[in-house]
Amino acid sequence: MMACVTTADETSSELTLVVNGTAHRLRLDHRTTLLDALREHLGLTGTKKGCDHGQCGACTVLVGGRRVNSCLLLAVMAQGAEITTIEGLAAADGELHPLQAAFVEHDALQCGYCTPGQICSAAAMLGEAAAGWPSAASASLNPESGPVVLDAAEIRERMSGNLCRCGAYVNILAAITDVAREAR
Amino acid sequence: MRPFGYLTPPDPAAAIAAVTGRPGAAFLAGGTNLVDLMKLGVTAPDLLVDVTGLLPDRIEPTAAGGLRIGAGVRNSDLAADPRVRAGFPVLARAVLAGASGQLRNMATVGGNLLQRTRCLYFQDVTKPCNKRVPGSGCPARAGDHRNLAILGGSPHCVATHPSDMAVALAALDAVVHVEGPDGSRMMPLGELYRLPGDRPDRETTLERGDLITAVEIPPLAYAGNSAYRKVRDRTSYAFAVVSVAAALDVTGGVVRDARLALGAVAPVPWRARAAERVLAGRPATAEWFARAADAELAAASPLPDNAFKLTLVRNVVAQMLGELAGDGP
Repeated sequence: MMACVTTADETSSELTLVVNGTAHRLRLDHRTTLLDALREHLGLTGTKKGCDHGQCGACTVLVGGRRVNSCLLLAVMAQGAEITTIEGLAAADGELHPLQAAFVEHDALQCGYCTPGQICSAAAMLGEAAAGWPSAASASLNPESGPVVLDAAEIRERMSGNLCRCGAYVNILAAITDVAREAR
Repeated sequence: MRPFGYLTPPDPAAAIAAVTGRPGAAFLAGGTNLVDLMKLGVTAPDLLVDVTGLLPDRIEPTAAGGLRIGAGVRNSDLAADPRVRAGFPVLARAVLAGASGQLRNMATVGGNLLQRTRCLYFQDVTKPCNKRVPGSGCPARAGDHRNLAILGGSPHCVATHPSDMAVALAALDAVVHVEGPDGSRMMPLGELYRLPGDRPDRETTLERGDLITAVEIPPLAYAGNSAYRKVRDRTSYAFAVVSVAAALDVTGGVVRDARLALGAVAPVPWRARAAERVLAGRPATAEWFARAADAELAAASPLPDNAFKLTLVRNVVAQMLGELAGDGP
């Protein structure tokens, strides 16, 4: 984390947010969450505000490659880190990220409001599984038990931080299962 | 939300000095609970001192054969650590049972210990709450208390501690390392927390400027035979209604030693020592497991809508101990 140039009495800071590979210099009130910085200050409205209390996952983005709830992360805490939003997942030539393509293929949404969070969350979740992280659904915690097999129970548990009020879970599960299978 | 200053001090001593010298200052780690409480208006610090860059964030073996976990270790890294998974499965299971993948990536070990209750009245600033506004009253006893405490509460407060991780750490006899304005000290986890009594606003024994820097788990030969079970209203991503952390040492059908702690039943992670005393030296049978649970619950004072937790605790304890004794699930 880069040192922050501020004094105890200042209520805003000049900071750099690196979003989808582009550095942005901003002065932000310390109360600004990363979510609000992305949407209101950088015009990146792909990331959605659902509950604004860390309970729905619509605001999920990647910070340093890890999924986080951007509604609970102060922007000033994310300075200098590599931030990836839904706008940054597709390839430079516009080719969709495999998860984006799978969500389209499986019609894994109705209103679509939770979709950016679902996809960012799933992208990081696949990396966590590849790194061997267990979940509450894992039968064994044994580090020697081999790679994580992302069956339905594993995917549901690992994606439980992303709610879909339309109830498109069946197709979300199918889309993620497809990508997880290809990754293996 | 009230405007606030933000500092990233270079080291713990500077962070401690910054918080000690300013009554409105607060340490900020993962922020998953603190930032939320600031949005809700439950707490309104005028200075946040970000300690994420300066807290120890590694897990190291101790000379004694235990583990020393830096307070800045993220919950997800704690649960994924091979030494925790193999040596202290109860701890990995407890962490994995909590929150979501996103929140575990943010939340730190130190912050997890100090998170606040999810009692609805505490989180709603339009309601009285003795914890939030001392002396304002507690609507929970006559109101919504289905998920509040059956052990350790007081007429002033029956809020529960929400952590899963802390329940496992209580069972494991964890020791908390604290640095403060007057130097460093260590205390058993049980001495970190205070029962509410007539001061539910004072939740811990920490003083202004005290910073948790690490949590140490002493070696426990039979910790590999441990488990955590969380009962909740939905399968995932919910706080516990009842949770149990248990470790069991059984030889020849007799309990040599046992560790038991309960979550979501008390204002603190509840070490079930009365139950442990019943178990030691007794046959590893369903009858004795239930008697042990009953011994712990003898001190319970449930309210009308949470008396069901008595049966739930008894059944979960008995089933888990049976499984750890080798009966299989």
